[in-house]
Amino acid sequence: MADFKVSFHENGNVVILALAGTLDLHTTPELEKAFTQLINAKKYNVVVNFEDLAYISSAGLGVFMAYIETMRDNNGDIKFSNMSSKIYNIFDLLGFPLLYEFYKEEKEAVQKFSESN
Amino acid sequence: MTVKSTAENLAVIRDFVKSAAEDRGFSQTAIDKIILAVDEACSNIIRHAYKNSPDGDIIVKVKSSDEKLTVEITDYGVDFDSTQIPEPDIKKYYRQHKVGGLGIYLMRKLMDEVKYNSVAGKKNQVVLVKYLA
Repeated sequence: MADFKVSFHENGNVVILALAGTLDLHTTPELEKAFTQLINAKKYNVVVNFEDLAYISSAGLGVFMAYIETMRDNNGDIKFSNMSSKIYNIFDLLGFPLLYEFYKEEKEAVQKFSESN
Repeated sequence: MTVKSTAENLAVIRDFVKSAAEDRGFSQTAIDKIILAVDEACSNIIRHAYKNSPDGDIIVKVKSSDEKLTVEITDYGVDFDSTQIPEPDIKKYYRQHKVGGLGIYLMRKLMDEVKYNSVAGKKNQVVLVKYLA
């Protein structure tokens, strides 16, 4: 069975979601739950760290599409970091770099929030 | 192999296709593409053909020859017209909060051939082909 894990940590006013394992149709509800928790807690500055994510399908990509506008409407954003080229290629094929910011390091992505605020 | 239409079974299907592609000697990059394309096809079946009902059958057959790997995926759910799915426009999705159609687009990008053979009211079949480079 596919394993997936989301863990949270905070750096200033930014929440980092660290993803691990397999993000497919089966495991996307876990990620949706995490975003719902963030919105309920009014935390809109989000960095998603992909370092330990081994696999993603379009079901997983759809989750980021579903929540991005709520974050931006509240002066926040979802920024991506630490993506392997295998996973980045899938985001790229679907045109995500037009709408989302991608950073090599989590630190860099977190830093961007303080620059824009 | 035949599995029930649960999202949990996607991992089982991916493992099955992975070992077939490995046996055929594809590169890791090509194997990753085949696995994702099959996952997208089966995710669509679960969501759209069987509308998330877990009791449908998904039949996955892999055929390999000297030059290519063919994955044939059959279901008995609701059929759809794949030609009606436009290329995704990420900015339009953003405006419309709509995320559908990404899977079909990905399948076309990842595989060398994507064909649909449906017998209306009976079965739907998608055939994915990847050539050995």
